[in-house]
Amino acid sequence: MTWFIFPADNLLCRCLSIGVTVWLSALFVFIIVPAVLGVSFGIRRLYMRTLLKIFEWATSRMEMGAKEKKEHLYKPYSSGIIAKEPPSSLQQEIQELRGLASCLPSEPEFEMSDILYFCRRGVESIMDDEVTKCFTAQELESWNLLTRSNYNFRHISVRLTVLWGLGVLIRYGVLLPLRVTLAVTAISLLLVLTTLVGLLPNTELRFLLSQKVHLMCYRIFVRALTAIITYHNSENKPKNGGICVANHTTPIDVIILANDGCYSMVAQVHGGLMGMIQRAMVKSSPHIWFNRSEVKDRHLVAKRLGDHVADKTKQPILIFPEGTCINNTSVMMFKKGSFEIGCTVYPVAIKYDPRFGDAFWNSSKFGIVNYLLRMMSSWAIVCSVWYLPPMNREEGEDAVQFANRVKAAIAAQGGLVDLIWDGGLKRAKVKDAFKEEQQKLYSKVLVGEQDQEDRSDSKHLEDENPEEEKSQQDLTEGQ
Amino acid sequence: MGSNSSSMNNIPNAEQLVQETGFSAAHILRLYERFQFLDKDDTGQLRPEDFGAVRELAMNPIGDRIISAFFSPGQETLDFASFVRVLAHFRPADSNRTRDGAQPEPANSSMGKLKFAFQLYDQDRDGKISRAELLQVLRAMLGMQVTEEQLQSIAERAIQEADFDQDDAISFDEFRKSLEKVNIDHKMSIRFLS
Repeated sequence: MTWFIFPADNLLCRCLSIGVTVWLSALFVFIIVPAVLGVSFGIRRLYMRTLLKIFEWATSRMEMGAKEKKEHLYKPYSSGIIAKEPPSSLQQEIQELRGLASCLPSEPEFEMSDILYFCRRGVESIMDDEVTKCFTAQELESWNLLTRSNYNFRHISVRLTVLWGLGVLIRYGVLLPLRVTLAVTAISLLLVLTTLVGLLPNTELRFLLSQKVHLMCYRIFVRALTAIITYHNSENKPKNGGICVANHTTPIDVIILANDGCYSMVAQVHGGLMGMIQRAMVKSSPHIWFNRSEVKDRHLVAKRLGDHVADKTKQPILIFPEGTCINNTSVMMFKKGSFEIGCTVYPVAIKYDPRFGDAFWNSSKFGIVNYLLRMMSSWAIVCSVWYLPPMNREEGEDAVQFANRVKAAIAAQGGLVDLIWDGGLKRAKVKDAFKEEQQKLYSKVLVGEQDQEDRSDSKHLEDENPEEEKSQQDLTEGQ
Repeated sequence: MGSNSSSMNNIPNAEQLVQETGFSAAHILRLYERFQFLDKDDTGQLRPEDFGAVRELAMNPIGDRIISAFFSPGQETLDFASFVRVLAHFRPADSNRTRDGAQPEPANSSMGKLKFAFQLYDQDRDGKISRAELLQVLRAMLGMQVTEEQLQSIAERAIQEADFDQDDAISFDEFRKSLEKVNIDHKMSIRFLS
């Protein structure tokens, strides 16, 4: 009854309720309905183009500002700060150093100049190294109005500051609440609907419905993040009975891929909200959740994965073989587990456009909640997904070689650097094996090829090659 | 990375370093950031352990020697100026620089680079590479891949080839002579992208 008494309040209430209604219906019409139906109005792409124009303008203003002060704009170099020559083998480099065409590989010759090779490589790595670059966020050449990525504070004029302030207002005042609302909607729908679908008997209908439900929720989520995704080569989309592998940059990768197809996820069982979502999801479609204790047991893991792919009615499995998040400029070593199962592998390359917001999750710097907040207050997440043609393990190829082949294909497609390093290096120390590898290569140059065992770590058999031992003796006698 | 607003003003003795080493201001800035990155606990000084963050260095057979080349004997910490002065050895040589006799030898000349390489061998800095020192380097570069006899014979041969005054050690001049065919400037230079 009180709302009769204060006319001002009445007006306010009215305005507020009208505002909220308009807001919700706009939300419904422009976002939820298209998500459900799987269509797009193209609003996000328009938004993307507008943003790009604004960023270019901002960068050019900063350059002008810097020129006026006669200073240089700090330009980050995404490909490193020093010029590295195209990688040639240790053998080649040392031969070059010695500059002798007559240096026969069978003659053990040590030259004092050999040390220069290691010396330079060492100092180069002190100035700039590949591995560290992978675990820090990529640097940008133009400014995208996020302070996180700005190194040129001093060159910002008043106009730019105003623009930036406006940007902050929009991002935190408008976009963030909107996105959080959507995300919450998506999660609740997922929980409710998958449980409902799970109640149905196990029929074709249930399978179809479950797919629709999953897709719908992921689409809403995608809009919640304002992710603008371009899918290429959809004819290569993963099919049942296969494993889909992709490079890993952020937990959002899952949403990006699940937006376009239905996959079975593989993960550890979590507690809390995540656990609830996991339990709900598995009611309507087959996902693979492992207990903490089961994760250690490689045979169990392999068996469950194997059983899943053997069943052709089940969706393809989605796996990220790098094992950890990398910053999307390179691809690190793939763990061989998923490549040992022996089924078709569907590689997928995901590349994020860093101009709109850095999607990389640096787990040593931010927790997951902090990360999600940052993502939801960025402008947008723009990425490209390429579906690569399926690959199978070939004759005589072991799991590691197969994994490397797939990795090379993904790196080539996504324009990423293909590295041999293990993602585990984020936290662990370099194994001595790497150093030994270098020593082995160098000793080959000196002592020759004959008595060196090649790549494998297996023990040198005693009765292997009597010739090798003989030639070794010759060498030592010849000294 | 990120929130430090790096500018030349933050770097101590920036102009002096530019003069001394020949690096441009932009290069000094990049090196300063690298220094800050390696200096994890933000003390303004580096210790040998800080270089451990560089994984590629850990796999380099003479990684430890290179690290100790940055630290003067007896010193346990490294400030930015010293860091840059050592790296200055790897700047490509200035071809058209005329130098009068009074100026000290620039770090990035062929002579400077050779001296740096010599010190990698000559750890006790007595001006000579003894047989023991040579064996140490060879052991580092070859690890367990060769036998002790092979190592000894390689070292023996190297000394015989280089040692002209027959004092069973290699002096700096003998070292320089044995490297005369090598294009030192090319092999010991690191170019900045700019």
